[in-house]
Amino acid sequence: MDWSFITEYYPLYIESAVLTVTIGGLGIILSVIVGILCAIARYYRIPLLNGIAAAYTELSRNTPLIVQLFFLYFGLPKIGIVFSSETCGVVGLAFLGGGYMSESILSGLLSVRKTHLEAAASLGLNGFQTMTNVILPQAASVATPAVCANVIFLLKETSVFSAVSLADLMYTAKDLIGMYYSTTEALTMLVIAYLIIILPVSIVFTLLERRLHRAGI
Amino acid sequence: MDNEDVVIEVKGLKKSFGENVIINGIDLTVRKGETVVLIGPSGCGKSTLLRCLNGLEPIQEGSVLLHGEPVEYGKRSLYKIRQKIGMVFQDYGLFPHMTVLDNVMLAPLKVQKRAKDEVKKEAMALLERVGLGDKAKSYPSQLSGGQQQRAAIVRSLVVRPDIMLLDEITAALDPEMVHEVLNVVLDLAKNGSTMIIVTHEMAFAEAAANRVILMDGGVIVEENPPEKFFKDPDTERAKRFLSTFSYSR
Repeated sequence: MDWSFITEYYPLYIESAVLTVTIGGLGIILSVIVGILCAIARYYRIPLLNGIAAAYTELSRNTPLIVQLFFLYFGLPKIGIVFSSETCGVVGLAFLGGGYMSESILSGLLSVRKTHLEAAASLGLNGFQTMTNVILPQAASVATPAVCANVIFLLKETSVFSAVSLADLMYTAKDLIGMYYSTTEALTMLVIAYLIIILPVSIVFTLLERRLHRAGI
Repeated sequence: MDNEDVVIEVKGLKKSFGENVIINGIDLTVRKGETVVLIGPSGCGKSTLLRCLNGLEPIQEGSVLLHGEPVEYGKRSLYKIRQKIGMVFQDYGLFPHMTVLDNVMLAPLKVQKRAKDEVKKEAMALLERVGLGDKAKSYPSQLSGGQQQRAAIVRSLVVRPDIMLLDEITAALDPEMVHEVLNVVLDLAKNGSTMIIVTHEMAFAEAAANRVILMDGGVIVEENPPEKFFKDPDTERAKRFLSTFSYSR
């Protein structure tokens, strides 16, 4: 192990880690929003939107992220739509994640018992009041473990960003290997960088799930 | 009889699920202060009737009027009307993510937009009245079935409904808890609450009802004051039904 290599090049990893976290974070936030919207469209079976959301969910979950990114980065410019690498990364991750989030959130919504819906209705709550006061709080605690698993999955999926010329962690490692053949050092730092990003997220989620579990909801 | 006293009026109600006719023409009038007990074999349509009175089910024919206003499934006007109808379900339906007090205060605060201090005072007074004053801050999962059901009754009462609909509220409870819940209901009946109660507890029906209605096959078979119904029913069907509650060797 060449320690001088590590001390020399670790700033590159920090730079690309920031990019991974930024693009990944934005993509994940967007995917949660897309997921909530799709889940609500499917929960209420809103005509047209229900079908679109269901079809989108299947499409996004059953195609690889790299194909989705290629489509955004190399395909769309053919019909005159050009996105930057960064935009492709965020949109691609949100496209993939939205499908997974929608499934998880929908299962949370569907877990709310019919009696609770009827109790809310008979108390005079309207649809919106029922959604915000009765359905969402219960759905959130049911969906949280699955949503957390999705977040970690999506953070790991960012490793294909380099395919659309995003200088993320994977890109930096491949670059260094290509230039200096320091495979061991470059890959070790790559693994450590991913662990530093994802392990704390994973620990926080585990604590969160334990708390929800203890609340007995 | 004075028409202003009429709280709920059902005319020619018919309800079916597909081919399956559940309620086959029912007329029913409930006046202010009356406690009407609906009894009958399982599947006779009594629970469905209650659900139709609250607009939880679409009906095929006839009408349900609350103070002359139609109760119609799926209509916007339902939100307003339902505030005047309290309903308690067999499986309580307390919201698990809220404390008992928050469950009770939800509708008065969010739907009726009443002042929080006033609602809290009323909610606590009602909880005290049913013996749950010390459980206000507990979550439903920390309560016994009987306590949950009493809390659910309070949740409906605090909205100050014109009529309470109780749908087999003790069916999921063990005998001691049945007693504590039904005592609360009996207290309401004595104090002039207007109620329609679906139950299988005959002793309770006899004590609480002003009028007992026996349903079978989606129609009303017999309708009489409890003294008459339980001692000397008019119909063979009622005699047969009541005989299933007594044993001899």
